Amino acid sequence: MLTFIQSIGASVIGFVRELGKIGCFLLTALFYVFTPPFLLNRVTRQIHFLGVKTILVVVLTGLFTGMVLTLQSYYVLVTFGAEARLGSILSLSLIREIGPVLTGLMVVGRAGSALTAEIGIMRISEQIDALDAMALNPHKYLVIPNILASLIVFPILTSFFIVAGIWGGYLVAVQLTGMAPGVFFGAMSDSILLNDLLLGFYKALSFGVLVTWICCYKGFFAGVGSGFGAQGVSKATTDAVVLSSVLILVCDYFITSVMIFG
Amino acid sequence: MIEIVDLHKKFGTNAVLRGVNLKVAKGETFALIGASGKGKSVLIKHMIGLMKPDQGQVKIDGQDIGRLHGKKLVQLKNRIGIVFQFGALFDSLSVFDNVAFPLQEKTRLGAKQINDKVLAALDNVGLKGEEEKFPAQISGGMRKRVAVARCLVMDPEIILFDEPTTGLDPVIANSIYSTIQKLQRERNLTSFIISHEIPGIFKIVDRAAMLHDGRIIQVGTSDEIQNSTVPIVQKFLKGEIE
Ligand SMILES: Nc1ncnc2c1ncn2[C@@H]1O[C@H](COP(=O)(O)OP(=O)(O)OP(=O)(O)O)[C@@H](O)[C@H]1O
Ligand SMILES: [Mg+2]
Repeated sequence: MLTFIQSIGASVIGFVRELGKIGCFLLTALFYVFTPPFLLNRVTRQIHFLGVKTILVVVLTGLFTGMVLTLQSYYVLVTFGAEARLGSILSLSLIREIGPVLTGLMVVGRAGSALTAEIGIMRISEQIDALDAMALNPHKYLVIPNILASLIVFPILTSFFIVAGIWGGYLVAVQLTGMAPGVFFGAMSDSILLNDLLLGFYKALSFGVLVTWICCYKGFFAGVGSGFGAQGVSKATTDAVVLSSVLILVCDYFITSVMIFG
Repeated sequence: MIEIVDLHKKFGTNAVLRGVNLKVAKGETFALIGASGKGKSVLIKHMIGLMKPDQGQVKIDGQDIGRLHGKKLVQLKNRIGIVFQFGALFDSLSVFDNVAFPLQEKTRLGAKQINDKVLAALDNVGLKGEEEKFPAQISGGMRKRVAVARCLVMDPEIILFDEPTTGLDPVIANSIYSTIQKLQRERNLTSFIISHEIPGIFKIVDRAAMLHDGRIIQVGTSDEIQNSTVPIVQKFLKGEIE
């Protein structure tokens, strides 16, 4: 019995300690953002790494998400004779929820995992130590460029997703079911408010920071308490993907509730 | 110059360093020997602040490297160059870029000057013509040499070498050592070399020490160590099993 309670205690302490470490990691990074030197060329490179290579995946998922959403909504709405609202439902759900969330998840899968693996390998092969020994701050070289890049990349990718989604919706609604384009787009422009766009934008920014933060953290401390060598890196990568995906959804709920009721 | 005072380090229950005391004078070439897994690499990582001691200090010119922060730490580290046991090359950069990296990031030299310096440094370790290759495409010994070039290209005052010549053929090893000796004469370089090359290393260094069971069991000139009367040192040098 005692050992059972002890083990609960130990895991709670471990969890709190990990939380503290993750928090400190972000704070350290934020601190160094504002101290020179500013490595802008590294930010550009990470924009390429996180963003440019992910466009295709994001556009494809956006397209098909829009298509299937339209298909599903259309058959429900038609039974109420409310299919004129289709454009509004599609665009609002894409802008407010599905766009930022799915884009975040796609970036985690495409680039976040690669980020953790890359930094993790640098950790276990002492490359991070080598940077440190040269008196070059590893946070500046490996972490901050990713976080800054994500602030640019995530909103842009999210908007690509949304546009692709709406275009997919248009294909299904107008080309397939024969709805008038004016009805489809008219409903959209009537119902989208600035607040909806802001909500989507804030979400994209938050998910960007969240994903790069978690993925860099997991890579940065690969092999510390998670097995060594290749196994340590693979565990770090899995952890990073799972944790950032779950946190995107959790965060999504809280941002929504704050924006709606706050 | 370098002063290690009562350094202790434990990993869990594994007490690796248990009170290391050592002084290395400015301009000295110093060797650390000791059996595998006894904490030589751990010691050298404390000397550049990558590991923090549980107890004790590493002082460089009187400054405790484990307690320095910010600018002062950067200034101190800028004077020290380290070659890691396994090279620690940036594996996404080519050989050339690896050596150029510290110059690009830490100096204001132009591309032409960097280019010249890097080529000279690589030539010095016999790697002319290998600039475009990546660390994964070269041999272990070549990687080590790139690491040596990357360290020396910054003209450090103090170099910490973790087995710089293990895995190298004798010709290259000698050329690296003669470079160290040349730098010592020209710029009064201080070097701290971990080595398993016995007895070769004693020809190069002024003094040597042996690490055993977490402590320095003997320090002395090369001759003193080679003709040691301490049984453990004697046995180690002869390669006898305890
Ligand atoms: N990061 C670490 N975590 C836990 N234990 C470590 C760590 N680094 C080293 N050790 C332990 O410290 C001891 C000394 O290791 P070290 O690498 O310093 O040996 P060494 O003297 O350099 O050996 P070699 O000559 O083979 O390079 C070993 O028992 C090792 O298990
Ligand atoms: Mg070693």
